[in-house]
Amino acid sequence: MLFRRATPNLWTLITPPTVWALHFLFCYVAGAIICARYPGALGELRLSIAAGTVLALGLILAAGAQAYRHWGFGSDLPPHNEPTEDDQQHFLGFATLLLCALSAVAVLFGAMPALFIAECVR
Amino acid sequence: MRGSRPGFRAFPRTAGLAGAGMMLGACSGTQSALDPAGREAGEVATLFWVMLVGAAVIWLAVIGTAVFASRWQGRPVSERAGLRLVLWGGAIVPTLVLAALLAYGLRLMPALRAGEPALTVEVTGEQYWWRVSYRGPDGAAIESGNELRLPAGHAAEILLTSADVIHSFWIPSLAGKLDMIPGRTNRLVLHPERIGTYRGVCAEFCGRSHTFMAFTVIVMEPAAFEAWLARQAAPAATAADEGAFLANGCGGCHSVRGTPATGTIGPDLTHLADRAMLGAGLFANTPENLRRFVAEAEEVKPGSRMPSFGMLPPQDLDAITAYLGSLR
Ligand code: HEC
Ligand SMILES: [Cu+2]
Repeated sequence: MLFRRATPNLWTLITPPTVWALHFLFCYVAGAIICARYPGALGELRLSIAAGTVLALGLILAAGAQAYRHWGFGSDLPPHNEPTEDDQQHFLGFATLLLCALSAVAVLFGAMPALFIAECVR
Repeated sequence: MRGSRPGFRAFPRTAGLAGAGMMLGACSGTQSALDPAGREAGEVATLFWVMLVGAAVIWLAVIGTAVFASRWQGRPVSERAGLRLVLWGGAIVPTLVLAALLAYGLRLMPALRAGEPALTVEVTGEQYWWRVSYRGPDGAAIESGNELRLPAGHAAEILLTSADVIHSFWIPSLAGKLDMIPGRTNRLVLHPERIGTYRGVCAEFCGRSHTFMAFTVIVMEPAAFEAWLARQAAPAATAADEGAFLANGCGGCHSVRGTPATGTIGPDLTHLADRAMLGAGLFANTPENLRRFVAEAEEVKPGSRMPSFGMLPPQDLDAITAYLGSLR
């Protein structure tokens, strides 16, 4: 599984950006379908985007907690550039942690229009 | 050597003064987003000033930090402190600033379409002019072109589309820009506030005469607007002779209501003499320019669908100019 691994790898590294990409698609596809088919259902659209956002942030948080563990809980500051098993793991963990922060911000920014949208424009 | 110095040193100062003068001059006038005459442009101008001041503050903070570090500090900070500075100054604060700006910008957007409009005008972009169609009190269409009149203090709904390629509707003093897309209608709501004459432009490159695709916007007293619209709905009232205009086939492309000319390829000319400009902002509307436009349309407006009529006998051109110049 992606979330209970003893060691990091490239899959755990790309998990947070993948969650962001799916969340982004979900917001835009849901917005397009609801506005084309049920333009009155803006409240439902807002709720489903809120639910999708909570889910995405939860997944990113889990990935972040695991990355923090893989990084060694910050015991060792970057750069992790020694050719050792430990440094490789710390590097992947730290890089994943940064990606988690970026993905969380991107998820929030992607969901923000749902707060402000006032109508479906023809 | 010495003699040339004062002149050399005076140059940047004069250039600086001239530059500042040009910048200040550009801040007001008929086509300035920094001199708003309507609610939408006002919000955009406020957004601009907020971002300008914010950018100046950030610039001062960054340069100040650099000067402080290189001039006064004189010794490195600890690694922890450095990382903390990068985390806050490089990641957390910029993210918060961007989030605030995003929220501010998103909040402005729905307002650009809000309000119960007192008036609906359809504007169609065509290479290279603007078809403008008002609705009279009875719902009948009132055709015009290359000029948009609006009552001050009332919301006006502008329905934008295009007949050929993508154009973009922009009145820097009032609102926009919003694209005009073939097969699609985009809706813009304007709240003009200050009475005056402004200039609108096409803001999307649309072909060879794109730069000559502008229009006049006149924001009027509401009562004056109603009177103008009633006059605009009436057919042409002129004593001049329409013979040359009709005989040379102008009516195949142009309408003059109340005459056999009912073409719809080019702008409606029923009240041409009322317009401030000719050929979508190309020339001021004077008899000389009118004659020149009819005679040399293809030369003065490359790519336009209006043919040049320079081959007509001069007395025909004179008669056409006199006729069109009398269409009030
Ligand atoms: C093939 C169609 C066609 C014919 C024929 C034609 N015009 Fe035009 N005319 C146009 C088009 C299209 C425009 C808009 C040109 C532009 O600004 O790009 C135009 C613009 C004009 C304008 C400027 C209108 C404005 O709102 O500023 C005048 C004046 C005019 N034509 C007069 C004439 C006269 C006079 C004749 C006959 C001698 C004539 N036209 C014949 C297509 C035509
Ligand atoms: Cu254009």
